[in-house]
Amino acid sequence: MIKLENISKSFGDKQVLNNISSVFEKGKTNLIIGQSGSGKTVLLKSIIGLHQIDEGNIYYDNREFSRMSEKKKKDIRKEIGMVFQGGALFDSATVEENVGFPLEMFTDMSDEEKKERVNFCLSKVNLENVNHLYPAEISGGMQKRVAIARAISLNPKYLFCDEPNSGLDPRTAIVIDQLIKELTVEFNMTTVINTHDMNSVIEIGDKILYIYKGEKWWEGTNDEILYTDNKELNDFIFASDLMRKFKKSQL
Amino acid sequence: MNLFYHIGKYALLMKRVFTKPEKRNIFFRLFIREIEMLGVNSLGIVIIISVFMGAVITLQTAYNIESPLIPTYLVGLTARDSMILEFSSTIVGLILAGKVGSNIASEIGTMRISEQIDALEIMGVNSANYLILPKITAAVFINPFLNIISIFVGIIGGYLATIFTFAIPPDQYIEGIHYAFIPFYVTYSIVKTILFAFVITSVPAYHGYYATGGALEVGRSSTRAVVYSSILILLINVITTQLMLA
Repeated sequence: MIKLENISKSFGDKQVLNNISSVFEKGKTNLIIGQSGSGKTVLLKSIIGLHQIDEGNIYYDNREFSRMSEKKKKDIRKEIGMVFQGGALFDSATVEENVGFPLEMFTDMSDEEKKERVNFCLSKVNLENVNHLYPAEISGGMQKRVAIARAISLNPKYLFCDEPNSGLDPRTAIVIDQLIKELTVEFNMTTVINTHDMNSVIEIGDKILYIYKGEKWWEGTNDEILYTDNKELNDFIFASDLMRKFKKSQL
Repeated sequence: MNLFYHIGKYALLMKRVFTKPEKRNIFFRLFIREIEMLGVNSLGIVIIISVFMGAVITLQTAYNIESPLIPTYLVGLTARDSMILEFSSTIVGLILAGKVGSNIASEIGTMRISEQIDALEIMGVNSANYLILPKITAAVFINPFLNIISIFVGIIGGYLATIFTFAIPPDQYIEGIHYAFIPFYVTYSIVKTILFAFVITSVPAYHGYYATGGALEVGRSSTRAVVYSSILILLINVITTQLMLA
């Protein structure tokens, strides 16, 4: 479980996050949504410690993260898996080396054990026979899956995904969403996804946190979002005719 | 004020770089890889430039001291000392600042903008130590060898010039090379090379590590890295010369 308590963050004079509190539960896919520039990426990066917050507290299973020493933060980071928007795979390493990197850095596994674990993680994301290919030699969807495999290689308690299906075709995007959802349930992780993909919101949003101009504007589930009368949220979610028709049909 | 800001930021980065590596065997593997990337891959350009510079120094000296009062073997001495004192350390340092420096700045800068450095940090890896320490240590280790090779090849270049042009008799050139040799000059040259190796790896690494924006900014940080490394090399050259040869 990850708990946010009154998070605020500014860059210079610009207040980007203002007093945000929420709880992301274990075994659920928690979505942070919002328009571009609303502060959702800053919020995600603040939660994982890439940005230092100005005010508030972040708890990882009751362990206060934001004011921890770097050494203790490092221990928590070993429990975190992260899927970046562009994959952030190491260009000069093969798929196998990318997935095996955390194992090599932080475990004393033998080469055989590492290989077995890498193959297990790759099989979890439905990838086979790509071990010796470089990131540039595989498709965008496959790169995302490799990034997910790398993120789960150390059996993380917390999985963070920054726009995991951006730049993917709708079908692949759905596959990635389902994959993250399945892995979250299977490994009982606390998953936090930063997205503005409406399919993701409807399909896998166990909990949705809507950020508007740096503030928490709404939170609820993917069922509740259909019935909300929050104007800004409705304007954002149901911006297209297709989504409005979908809402109408659901109601 | 901006200068002090960058000096402070650079010092803090170096503090993170010079920590104990996460795993010794991984560090050693990266160290060997960097020796190949920064040292072995630079060998070709160092040899080519040194041969020609040795030849040019020899010819220019020979054609400019046509005086019966100056013995011709001094051409060999001049070529030898020019290679040892200045060319093989400083000029090769400047050339490597261009080749190796831009390579390091663009490699680390690309890793920064494509979030690969963030990925390392999230995993709990000290990215500065993991990415930069092997480069600095490898260059500090391998560049003195490049320096020695450059001196040796430069002197051979001068010898070849005397054979092909007859600017001075080759045996006089050989005599000059043996004449009044001061071994401390080699120590001086190696000390400078070690300092330059630190500069041409750490300064570009700093510029790449803090690159922001996109591909254009990586290119700019790469250019800045080469310019600042070159200026620092020239500054350190003056300081070490005054300290060691005065």
